[in-house]
Amino acid sequence: MKRRFSRRYLEEKFFQALMGLSLLLVTGSLAGILLTVVIKGAPALTLDMITKTPQGGYYLGKEGGILNAIVGSLYLAGGGTILALIVSIPTVLGLNVYARGTRWADLVRLSLDLMWGTPSIVYGAFGFTLMLALGLKASLLAGIIVLGLLELPIMARAVDELIRMIPEELEESSFALGANRFETALFVILRQILPGLATAILLAFGRGIGDAASVLFTAGYTDRIPDSLMAPAASLPLAVFFQLNTPFPEVQQRAYAAALILTVIVLLTSLGSRWLAGRLGRYTIR
Amino acid sequence: MTNKLLLMPRASRPREVQFPSRRIIDRAGGHAFMMTTAFPLLIVILMIVALLVRTRPILESKPIGDLLLGQTWHPLRGEFGFYPFIIGTLWITLAAMLLAVPPCLLSAVFLAEYARPVIGAIMKPLLDLLAGIPSVVYGVWGLVAIVPWVQTIAAPASQQWLDFLPFFAVNNTTGYSILAGAIVLAVMVAPVIISVTYEVMQAVPDGLRESSLAVGATRWQTIKHVVVPKAAPGILIGIVLGFSRAFGETMAVLMVVGNVPRVPSSIFDPAYPLTALIANNYGEMLSIPLYDSALMGAALVLLMVVLIFNLASALLLQHILRRSQT
Repeated sequence: MKRRFSRRYLEEKFFQALMGLSLLLVTGSLAGILLTVVIKGAPALTLDMITKTPQGGYYLGKEGGILNAIVGSLYLAGGGTILALIVSIPTVLGLNVYARGTRWADLVRLSLDLMWGTPSIVYGAFGFTLMLALGLKASLLAGIIVLGLLELPIMARAVDELIRMIPEELEESSFALGANRFETALFVILRQILPGLATAILLAFGRGIGDAASVLFTAGYTDRIPDSLMAPAASLPLAVFFQLNTPFPEVQQRAYAAALILTVIVLLTSLGSRWLAGRLGRYTIR
Repeated sequence: MTNKLLLMPRASRPREVQFPSRRIIDRAGGHAFMMTTAFPLLIVILMIVALLVRTRPILESKPIGDLLLGQTWHPLRGEFGFYPFIIGTLWITLAAMLLAVPPCLLSAVFLAEYARPVIGAIMKPLLDLLAGIPSVVYGVWGLVAIVPWVQTIAAPASQQWLDFLPFFAVNNTTGYSILAGAIVLAVMVAPVIISVTYEVMQAVPDGLRESSLAVGATRWQTIKHVVVPKAAPGILIGIVLGFSRAFGETMAVLMVVGNVPRVPSSIFDPAYPLTALIANNYGEMLSIPLYDSALMGAALVLLMVVLIFNLASALLLQHILRRSQT
């Protein structure tokens, strides 16, 4: 009886209750977000939304859809992901094969962390400066470059994790057979991370497609589907933002629908990466 | 030495001599790889330099103290005081972290220490999924759910019962407020903080827990005195990651916080964070002298704060890790 009401017993119960409440609060609010987007967005979601570009008077509540933003976002995030991939693979291979355990590797990892923490609006401002310096206008290309920079640390960190999970014996066997570092990096390590790379790519893509602040000044916004790298490109997050800011309820409804489309794309990307990771995981040596 | 080897029949030479190109490729490839590793560092430096160069016109015409501590923002009259924006950013970020950290840590403790492993295995991918939701979507949620809630429930309640407290006075009935921004941000950073904390707590060896329980500690005592101190550096990383995300967030905050350039005095006041200042004014800035330079200055301030914060936490972490090793 005494044990049951001792201070530490009560403390235990108190904190257990608190933890249960916290978990409920956090999961509840997160579920609330998804629910809000679905409830608000679903009624306004029509086939026209995803198959048509804005027609005349669209922003007053007339005909049209946001195909321009969907395609623009896919182009922007896709291009950014390719760019990030091209830079991050050699960077991470270099860090793990040629510069393993050096101070230089620590410094580079620190700067990747710094890039990871840099707000996307700062990338936007920097990208804008870069654009002016290079004489570019707000365009698909400028947006892709900025998103590439934004996605680089995400991708690099994911790939770095992948390489760290490779058993050391695998590299040692490669060296023991007489392969040099370059061959080990390209034919052993790169192959070993290839399945996981699919996950990293989709992760970076999902982050890129959802980012608004960085493409705000660099990619511009247009009602047309971009036909060249130099043309401005619309994007889904900005479509949500701009349409919410109009005073017309019909257009605001469409903003909710656009938010739903964006959420679905991001969740599908994320689920797809999980599915791929599970499926391709068996091709690696453990 | 090499000459002698070259006299041998080709097939019986050592591989390095058989294919001398292999070594050349190894060397060249190494140089290429090392060159690309410089890229992230270069970008960080380039960002600082570019923003500094663009900020210079305003730094030359106004003393830096006037810029950082100036109270009025009136670009047309050439007055660029960042103080309300800096304070606004601080208020929102701190309020968000205060709201987010305790429940997040408790949730993570629950998932790692009390919940069955199955629940953790379900929650972890779910949290990663939620961490990927775009900030605009959080903004939409804030606009649809949180702003009206603050307006109709939180603000009147506070007016009735908490009005005497210093930071809870209600002078704004729109609902667009620091509180709304902080709630949105808190929910936004929650998945990040929880999943990092959960992972580090799971990494604490079970032997430590078992010995603590074996000497008669309750589970909470074990957590308090054994698990949390052991996981502290990792928890710190989680909080810093959350802070960085909250501090630099633009869209979600911009949509719910009111954007009034005044120094706030209560969580129900509107505020105008630095990020929103840049995002809102980009279209019009080119026609007013120094405006563009001032906005670049705002970006520079953001970048510097994030850099200093990240550097400090990295150094602190190194220090902690080194101490715990010896």
